[in-house]
Amino acid sequence: MPIRVAIVSPEQEVWSGEADMVVARTTDGDLGVLPGHVPLLGVLAPGGTVRVKTGGREISAAVDGGFISVTRQGVSILAETATLTG
Amino acid sequence: MAGQLREYRRRIRSVQSTKKITKAMELIAASRIAKARARVAAARPYAEEITRVIEAVASQSTTSHPLTTGRENAPRVAVVVVTSDRGLAGGYSSNALKRAGELTETLRAAGKDIELHVVGRKGVGFYRFRGRTIDGEYTGFSEQPSYADAKSVADALISSFVAGGEDGGVDEIHLVHTEYVSALTQTAVANRLLPMVLSETDGASTTSAGTPLPQYEFEPSAEAVLDALLPRYVESRLYAALLESAASESAARQRAMKSATDNAEDLARIYSRLANRARQDAITQEISEIVGGANALASAG
Repeated sequence: MPIRVAIVSPEQEVWSGEADMVVARTTDGDLGVLPGHVPLLGVLAPGGTVRVKTGGREISAAVDGGFISVTRQGVSILAETATLTG
Repeated sequence: MAGQLREYRRRIRSVQSTKKITKAMELIAASRIAKARARVAAARPYAEEITRVIEAVASQSTTSHPLTTGRENAPRVAVVVVTSDRGLAGGYSSNALKRAGELTETLRAAGKDIELHVVGRKGVGFYRFRGRTIDGEYTGFSEQPSYADAKSVADALISSFVAGGEDGGVDEIHLVHTEYVSALTQTAVANRLLPMVLSETDGASTTSAGTPLPQYEFEPSAEAVLDALLPRYVESRLYAALLESAASESAARQRAMKSATDNAEDLARIYSRLANRARQDAITQEISEIVGGANALASAG
C-alpha cells in the first residue's frame, strides 16, 4: 500500500503523489518512513534532502528549515524552501 | 465666443488623457487580482497543513507553550496593520485603518500597551501624520508580496513575542488585514495571531476540517517542535494575510478606476456637447453679423 506524500513550501506545492518510502533527515538523524508508520512530527535538519521512492524512481528534493509530519493519511514535508533536484 | 470653444476642446483633451490612465490602471488591477488569487490558492496547502499540525500538537502536548496558551498577564500587545503602498484604491486603506482604530480602542480600554507595526506607505503616512509612534514599518511590496516579505515582517514580531512583555516585547499579536470576499466586497478584519486561537472542539480530537487528529510522536521533543513551529506559523499566517490584502487592494483599485473611467466618459460627453453648442453659436453669430452688415450697406446705398 503506497503512502500519499506532499512536499509543500509556503509559496506552492512542490511535489505530491504516491510513494513507497520517504527518507528524510531530522535533527535526531535519518528517518525512513514506510507505509503504516506511527504518526510522527519531526523537525528536519537544516540544509538536508528528502528522498521519495516511488515505483522504480526516486525523487529528491533539497529542503531547508521544515517539518515532516507523518499521519495515517500520509506524509507531508513542510519546508521553508524546497527544490526538486531530480 | 471662439475662446470658449477652445476652452471646451482643451478640457475634452485633458479628460480623455485622464481616462486613458484610469483605464490602464483598471486593466492592470484586474490582471493583478487574478494573479494574487492564484498565489493565495498556491499558498493554501502549506498554511492548512501547518495549522493542522499545530492543532494536533496543541491538543495533545501537556507542556504549556506561549504559542498556544498565552501568558497570564499580557500588558503589551502588537498590532499589525496591512495597508497599500499607493493610493487610488477607493476606501481600501482607510477601511483597514478604521478597523485598526477600533481594535486599538478596545485594546487600550482593556489597559494594554500597544506596539504598532504598519505594512504599506499609506498606513505609515496616516500614523505619522497623527504623531503616533510606529514600532515597525514595512513598505514597497503591498501589491506583490513574496514569502521573504512576510518573513521580514514576521522576524521582528517573533523576536518581540519571544522576549515577552516584561522584557520590552509583546505578549499578543493582533493582525488587521483585508479579506477578499469577492470582486465587489472586501472586508477589513482583525484577528489574533498569537497566542493561537484554537478551534474549540469536543475534547479537541478533531481538526476544524473534521478529520481526527493524529496522536503524534515528536522528534526531538514536543517543546522543540513547537519552538520551531512558532516562527513558521507566524510567517505563513502573515504571508496569507498579505496575499489576501494584495488581492483586495487590486480589487478595490479596479473598482475605483472603473468608476473614474466611467466618470471621465460622462465628462467628455458633456464637454463635447457644450463645445458643439459653442461652435454653433459662433457660426450663428457670424452669419447674423454678415447679414446685419450687408443690410446696413444696402440701406445706406
